[in-house]
Amino acid sequence: MSQAECVECGADVSLHDDLEAGEIIDCATCGAELEVIDVSPPVLDRAPELEEDWGE
Amino acid sequence: MKVGILYSRIRKDEKLLLSELRDRGHEVEKIDVRKVQFGLDSTTANVEDLDVVVDRCLATSRSLYATEFLDSYGVPVVNSPETADVCADKAKNSLALAEAGVPTPNTKVAFTTETAMEIIEEFGYPCVLKPVVGSWGRLMAKIDSRNAAEAILEHKATLGHYEHKVFYVQEFVEKPGRDIRVVAVDGEPVAAMTRTSDHWLTNAAKGGETASFDLDDEALDLVERASAAVGGGLLGIDLMEVGGDGPNYTVHEVNHTVEFKALNEASDVDVPAAVVDWLETKAEAESGNGDSAATDGEELLV
Repeated sequence: MSQAECVECGADVSLHDDLEAGEIIDCATCGAELEVIDVSPPVLDRAPELEEDWGE
Repeated sequence: MKVGILYSRIRKDEKLLLSELRDRGHEVEKIDVRKVQFGLDSTTANVEDLDVVVDRCLATSRSLYATEFLDSYGVPVVNSPETADVCADKAKNSLALAEAGVPTPNTKVAFTTETAMEIIEEFGYPCVLKPVVGSWGRLMAKIDSRNAAEAILEHKATLGHYEHKVFYVQEFVEKPGRDIRVVAVDGEPVAAMTRTSDHWLTNAAKGGETASFDLDDEALDLVERASAAVGGGLLGIDLMEVGGDGPNYTVHEVNHTVEFKALNEASDVDVPAAVVDWLETKAEAESGNGDSAATDGEELLV
């Protein structure tokens, strides 16, 4: 399991092994939703806000 | 096979799909639609030699355009832009079901608050006002009184995007506290579940409790016909059980970028495996067609 820095609060975020670019993870410290931008090395950014046309 | 996945967010559904594809040794090309240019005859996305592209766009607007462009290049894409177009809009969805003779809730559309109010009064209370584009039960209004109707219509007309000025009014269907979600591939059910809630909205996204459901012959027939009505593909078909002398079910919606993680947990069926089985069949069929994709790499300007 690797780690990356939360862009919101700076805390270390634990990353699971099957991480995928485009996946959303939560920062356990501040609760921010973070998007996985890259996996090797892991890069996180703030996840986009919910849009009205999202869904099925 | 070589499979493209259109996405902008990898949900659990996409992870299940990616895992199943990779476990079977298929090559996967993830296409983040936020980073792609779509030109009139080519794209910066690497779609060359893809046997099939699966539209898993979270945003309906992106799904509609991305599939339309890929289809125009001759890239095999599921679901088709025609299916996406019908399913993305509740009014078109209702029309397609009605034209195919599939039982669907009585629905009317109006373009002004005054005419929408006339429809609401004709339906009586409660009735339902829905946005024509949207998902997960958001912005759905069960209207219990004229006062509520007036307030909701005024808010939609004043605050809403232009699509909210297309007033989609539907009869309220008394269902037994649950509806039924069926995931089907070209009309063939993969699995089905009920979604139960004390709330009138029973969507899994709204916290509805899920349980496996066995489809009877009537439901199987409706799933097949509803799928055909929107052009087939990988679909989420939503039914409600109704009483009375008529059909036992009504189909209120068909979804074209269906989420299946809840169904995968509720049923004994391996849903991503069934979806990949179907994709393999589609890819094999497409490979017999001899279509080729047109791409020219990075220099495209749009």
